[in-house]
Amino acid sequence: MTIASAPSAIHTVNLVKIYQTGGLPVHAVRGIDLRVEPGEFVAVMGPSGSGKSTLVHMLGGLDTRTSGEIWVDGKRADTLTESAWAILRRQKIGFVFQFFNLVDNMTVADNVELPALLGGASARHARERRQYLLGELGLTDKADASPAQLSGGEQQRVALARALANQPQVLLADEPTGNLDSRNTRDVLRVLGEVHRQGQTIVMVTHDARVAGLADRVVTLLDGQIVDDAAIAAVRRRPKGGAGGVVELRG
Amino acid sequence: MRLQLLALLSKEPAHGYELKQALEQVFGNAYPSPNIGQIYVTLGRLEKDGLVRSVDVEQSNRPNKKVYYCTAEGREALDEWVDSPTEGPRVRDEFFMKLVLAPMTGIADRMALINRQRRHYLAVMRDLVELAQQSDQENRPAQLLIEGAMLHLQADLDWLERCQEDLA
Ligand SMILES: Nc1ncnc2c1ncn2[C@@H]1O[C@H](COP(=O)(O)OP(=O)(O)OP(=O)(O)O)[C@@H](O)[C@H]1O
Ligand SMILES: [Mg+2]
Repeated sequence: MTIASAPSAIHTVNLVKIYQTGGLPVHAVRGIDLRVEPGEFVAVMGPSGSGKSTLVHMLGGLDTRTSGEIWVDGKRADTLTESAWAILRRQKIGFVFQFFNLVDNMTVADNVELPALLGGASARHARERRQYLLGELGLTDKADASPAQLSGGEQQRVALARALANQPQVLLADEPTGNLDSRNTRDVLRVLGEVHRQGQTIVMVTHDARVAGLADRVVTLLDGQIVDDAAIAAVRRRPKGGAGGVVELRG
Repeated sequence: MRLQLLALLSKEPAHGYELKQALEQVFGNAYPSPNIGQIYVTLGRLEKDGLVRSVDVEQSNRPNKKVYYCTAEGREALDEWVDSPTEGPRVRDEFFMKLVLAPMTGIADRMALINRQRRHYLAVMRDLVELAQQSDQENRPAQLLIEGAMLHLQADLDWLERCQEDLA
């Protein structure tokens, strides 16, 4: 137990999710205790079906828990109604889904601005934030397009911009780089690094080691349980100047 | 470094210092800068093996310099090098040995081994990402080398995940 002055951004106690759809119950999440401090970047890894999406969906109130507790910013959240969750999300949580969820009959620009406007930002502030994020993610010339006209990788970056538009207290993201080539991943890495340095709390499911490498901590799930939760330490042999270090790193 | 030097010499004769500069120019900072002593030692060996020859070139008011050139034998060695497939990445690495021996001998817990290794790979990845950002974007060999290292590392991580699934 730590005696922190600020409450944890996210805290779960013995969190459980059992899906009961017809046949046998599926124990997707089996007793997860997780604490994420403000400003922390946590990568969630683990094999397919280990419960990663289920976990972050519950943290964002997009899926109900079977038992256990969820605390967001020091307040009990698992007992909230759906509409109360919606308000909490609008105020405090940015979410990037594994399968984007963009609104097709709105432009890319409006998709990104909407959460900021709903969160109470001024029109001018929302526009500036949108321009900044789309610019950083190489999407400026797609601002007036419909999401349906974009490639998977582009939609994914729009979804990230939308989630960050409101400068949420917590960014929850489920595989936000699954469809990206290396150049686009580079843009996403830069943006994530930048918002994290500015204090953004991030919980991110990812298979991508480049993204996970940015995190302070990696939590590994296996079969609905945490099997590892520890900081990513600095490597002993830091490369000195230049990419010549690559050779030594792998030596 | 033997074959890199031989390749450069097959293009045109050069002295040691020119070879050092050429290597630096071609690879940028993708490879540690070769030291001149190493280059002369390597050239000496290549000469002993008959793959290169050298001639002394007189210079006004400076000591003679040795200019090396590639022999027919050297050209053959070079052809053989480029024509033969390159070994793939190592498959049976040291980690694999630990993983296999752990349950047999009780020297370590496999789950803990895998977890530690994952965090180590992620830390290495973080350094690679930093390197890529710091390195000159225009230096294509350096960027490609880093990207290659990242892809290998990603494959190693995916494999760790497979190992871990096997334990579940
Ligand atoms: N709506 C659902 N109904 C029934 N079972 C579900 C449902 N959603 C997920 N599951 C099951 O719960 C388990 C965990 O699924 P989850 O989607 O959380 O895994 P994941 O770690 O995100 O996998 P992936 O890496 O493939 O995205 C799986 O066995 C899955 O089949
Ligand atoms: Mg998932």
